[in-house]
Amino acid sequence: MAKKLLIGFIAVIVSLWFLTPVVLIVFASLTPSSDFYDPHKLFPTKLTLDHLYKLFVVLDGWRATLNSLQVAGLSIGLSFLVGLPAGFALTRYVFPGKNAFRLSILLTRSFPMMIIAVPLVVLYLKIGISDTLTGVALAHTSMILPFVVLITSSILSGISVEYEEAGMIFGLSRFGAFLKITLPLALPGLAASAIFAFIMSWNEVFIASVLTLINRTLPAHILNTAMTSPDYFKFAAGTVMALPAMVFIFFTRKYLMSMWGISLK
Amino acid sequence: MAQVILENVKKYFGQVKALDGIDLIVKDQKFVVLLGPSGCGKTTLLRCVSGLEKVTSGRIYFDGQDVTDLPPRSRNVSMVFQSYAVWPHMRVYENIAYPMKIKKYDREEIENKVEWAAKLLNIHELLDRYPAQLSGGQRQRVAVARAIVLEPAVLLMDEPLSNLDALLRVMMRSELKKLQERLGTTTIYVTHDQVEAMTMGDMIAVMSAGKIQQYGTPEEIYHKPANLFVAGFIGSPRMNFLEVEIQRGKGEVFFISESVKITCPLKLSDKLRDFPQKRVTLGMRPEHIHLSRVESGYPLRGEVYFSERLGADTIVHFKVDEEKIVAKIPGDVILEEGGSVEFFLDLSKIHVFDPKTGRSLV
Repeated sequence: MAKKLLIGFIAVIVSLWFLTPVVLIVFASLTPSSDFYDPHKLFPTKLTLDHLYKLFVVLDGWRATLNSLQVAGLSIGLSFLVGLPAGFALTRYVFPGKNAFRLSILLTRSFPMMIIAVPLVVLYLKIGISDTLTGVALAHTSMILPFVVLITSSILSGISVEYEEAGMIFGLSRFGAFLKITLPLALPGLAASAIFAFIMSWNEVFIASVLTLINRTLPAHILNTAMTSPDYFKFAAGTVMALPAMVFIFFTRKYLMSMWGISLK
Repeated sequence: MAQVILENVKKYFGQVKALDGIDLIVKDQKFVVLLGPSGCGKTTLLRCVSGLEKVTSGRIYFDGQDVTDLPPRSRNVSMVFQSYAVWPHMRVYENIAYPMKIKKYDREEIENKVEWAAKLLNIHELLDRYPAQLSGGQRQRVAVARAIVLEPAVLLMDEPLSNLDALLRVMMRSELKKLQERLGTTTIYVTHDQVEAMTMGDMIAVMSAGKIQQYGTPEEIYHKPANLFVAGFIGSPRMNFLEVEIQRGKGEVFFISESVKITCPLKLSDKLRDFPQKRVTLGMRPEHIHLSRVESGYPLRGEVYFSERLGADTIVHFKVDEEKIVAKIPGDVILEEGGSVEFFLDLSKIHVFDPKTGRSLV
């Protein structure tokens, strides 16, 4: 009993620790400017959507949001197109250099984006895809792909190979068995990792800022505009950035846990 | 229904010879058991027949047709997996119907066939459930129903009973055998359980180290083991082995060690007359060592040092000088540990092996 109380207490503290700033940010983004700068008011007397409206409409935030969605969609598509077969090969086949391959995938994550970004700009200028969404999506793909390969391989390894073999015995080709048997079984996990990939791209600010000038994604756009605006705009921008990710993670938390190999009772 | 012929099938995984030249004929409608300890290659052999594994060399024929290079789906085989592999995202009905759906049977025929298979396996009331809602035994029945619904040429089973509890296993054993007899499907069944093999198989192939050690009926395997491995692997408790020297004199042959001097039965001595070596290994099953005097019995006097009371039987470990020998006697006999006993070895049932090659000499 005492142990339960202690655990509950710690859980509350940890939740407060993480949630308080989020709540404050969301509140601040909804506070009218007059209340915001009034030192006598700790809490707003009324709420307004004014800042969010201005951020989206006046400051062109909606276009940046659309850009972000396109970039995220494209990079998820590309990284699953390449990463899923690679992950499948890593779990189902034995081939020479398998461990070296797995390690080299991890190694690609050890290069800081900043080092890659500048040569990337030069390269993009040469081949004419600088300041395009495709360019950003390709860069994001390089960031997401290692994650997709490793995660899909761990998801697929959780699905017994005998299901697939049964499919092949009962009339399916190897690819057919993957499509009809393995894929439906892996789908929840794959969806969760797609959402995680989406969040990686959605939150990525450095490459997007370096590679684009006009066609900016939302975080790059915010860095450019809201950060030079009054504080309540910054909070509004923070809300816009944080909420989708939080909502997604909340709804897929069960799969995210299993994806990373953590199990909840 | 088909006759399966394996011709010098080899399968290497890198340096490891999983199958080292397998020749096997499975006659049409027969139930053949591949029996052996883990790692002997029996599952690999089954997977080669299914097509899930490609052979390194050798040929496989179904009814004269060479299927060696065909993928599993073109071989008309079906399989019951050790883990059952009942697809968790489909209901029981869909699981059983799926093989026919792939092969584009029409709806009505699928329904009839599923009905037929479900009735045969007594899973009629489970058709609407998902596998997660079934017990192990029920899942197994679904797996078998799925495997027989298309009436395959060859039915393959990979230790299908090993995940069931003991009681259910005994029940399913007879049920599966009855089902196979009724359908007449050529069946290859993998197991490491000798009781399963003896009770279910029309023929048993005892395997070890990637080779078939002996292929025969359960009676042949038990009464005429071809070598030391088969003799030691079949039978529980294990056969007693005794290293002895052969002594020939005045028309008779004796087996001599420090503890025994056995006069070789006449029908054996004829066969041993030309055996050039001095030493042989005697094999005697615990169930052929009796408490009461039997005809052609050789007395073994010794000291009991341990007995296992199993209820119906008692397994007595006793020492004749330095030789440890195990006997299986009726369970109502109680022998004191440390007491001296006299057993009678039935000489008409002994086996003689060449200790170098392990081959049976009789």
